[in-house]
Amino acid sequence: MAARVLTQLRRDPRTVLLMLGISPFLLTLLRGVFDSDLGAFQQVGGPLVGLFPFSTMFVVTSITMLRERTTGTLERLMTLPLAKLDVLAGYGIAFAVVGALQAVIAAAVAFGLLGLETAGATVLVMALAASNALLGMALGLFVSAFARTEFQAVQFMPAIVFPQLLLCGLFVPRDQMAPVLHAISYALPLTYAFEALRRVTLEGDLGAGGLADLAVVLLAILLALALGAGTLRRRTA
Amino acid sequence: MAIAVERLTVWRGRREVLHELSCRVPTGAVTGLLGPSGCGKTTLMRAIVGVQVVASGRVSVLGEPAGSPSLRSRVGYLTQEPSVYGDLTVRENLRFFGRVLGVGPEQADEVIATVSLDSHADQIVSRLSGGQQARVSLATAMLGRPPVLVLDEPTVGLDPLLRRDLWSSFRALAAGGATLLVSSHVMEEAEHCDNLLLMREGELLAAESPAELRRRSGHHDLDQAFLALIEGGTSA
Repeated sequence: MAARVLTQLRRDPRTVLLMLGISPFLLTLLRGVFDSDLGAFQQVGGPLVGLFPFSTMFVVTSITMLRERTTGTLERLMTLPLAKLDVLAGYGIAFAVVGALQAVIAAAVAFGLLGLETAGATVLVMALAASNALLGMALGLFVSAFARTEFQAVQFMPAIVFPQLLLCGLFVPRDQMAPVLHAISYALPLTYAFEALRRVTLEGDLGAGGLADLAVVLLAILLALALGAGTLRRRTA
Repeated sequence: MAIAVERLTVWRGRREVLHELSCRVPTGAVTGLLGPSGCGKTTLMRAIVGVQVVASGRVSVLGEPAGSPSLRSRVGYLTQEPSVYGDLTVRENLRFFGRVLGVGPEQADEVIATVSLDSHADQIVSRLSGGQQARVSLATAMLGRPPVLVLDEPTVGLDPLLRRDLWSSFRALAAGGATLLVSSHVMEEAEHCDNLLLMREGELLAAESPAELRRRSGHHDLDQAFLALIEGGTSA
């Protein structure tokens, strides 16, 4: 299953190039934008290395799953002796590999070439990035059930990813937001993903609070996967 | 009987597509499911495969309720639209679905040969013609040599030579004991079937052999026989 997904990706080198190339490109852009305020670049850049895989995997998974649904291949799989868990695990493994690769490349460019510094271990940033890739994948899988066309699926990116990016504390500390938004931010998984990354890149270690954040992210992945599994129906109307 | 459908009612959207339909499909034979497009052939097939939500009625396949987990490796299903991965090669598609079914790679090559795609085995599916893509999908349905094959318009858009070849492989499968339910809206295909299920607007008009249909309607031409049946409004 995972091997098949990766073979399909290999057939589409342009997509792979975009997936792997966009985060280093955006980080480089960011470095230029903050040219006269490198302190701000340090604040935002480190966590971003770990957040990019989230948005990429979200889009890639929602479109791929939508294709499985619309071309009838998902229906075919559901008529075969294959557990829903196999479908989810197949995509999970394949996209975690890609997500990790993406994180490694983004981290190498950011910490190696752009002069970005992380207080904590680079490996830890990559591991968090991989978990965020999984979170993006799980959410993308779930929302793909609510799109009928690829146009709709693409719109889920601004609808579901952007608000989380805005509210997670990356741009403005959450306690400075309007109280309502501050309250909402507690319900969004990316808030915890960012918090864990912030602790590692700026404070140097996950600590107990960071481990709790990571646990929330992992729970959110499991919840989204369970919801996603619920959308894989053997019988449809 | 390989397949038994009893008083099956199915709604799709706000429309009742099948109205208390009952029919039987005998084992080891080719049964043709015929009727004008939109009459509910695909819905009936989906119910038999177990992917259709049904309102009421019973469908059993090989003695078990349609859609049972134990039937998943015993019922091959061809949908009207080719349901294979366009960005994989023919062989990669069949090997992948073969792995899911637990059959070896040699069987993948075998079904590729059955649908005469040997020379295209390593081509990417999306670059093949529509008819070729349909055959990749058909080959996938044949993987694992399932005892029951439900084929929704397998020969649509194929040239006469390929149609003839496919029908002779269907006949060979039935001779080997497999049960085939094959839909078509072209009456001339009825010729190749042992039995016919004739449908119209969600109901079964007749269940008989091509010879019986000819005799009862008084028309030698199956197209005319079917038209006479529809217009006469007679029910079997």
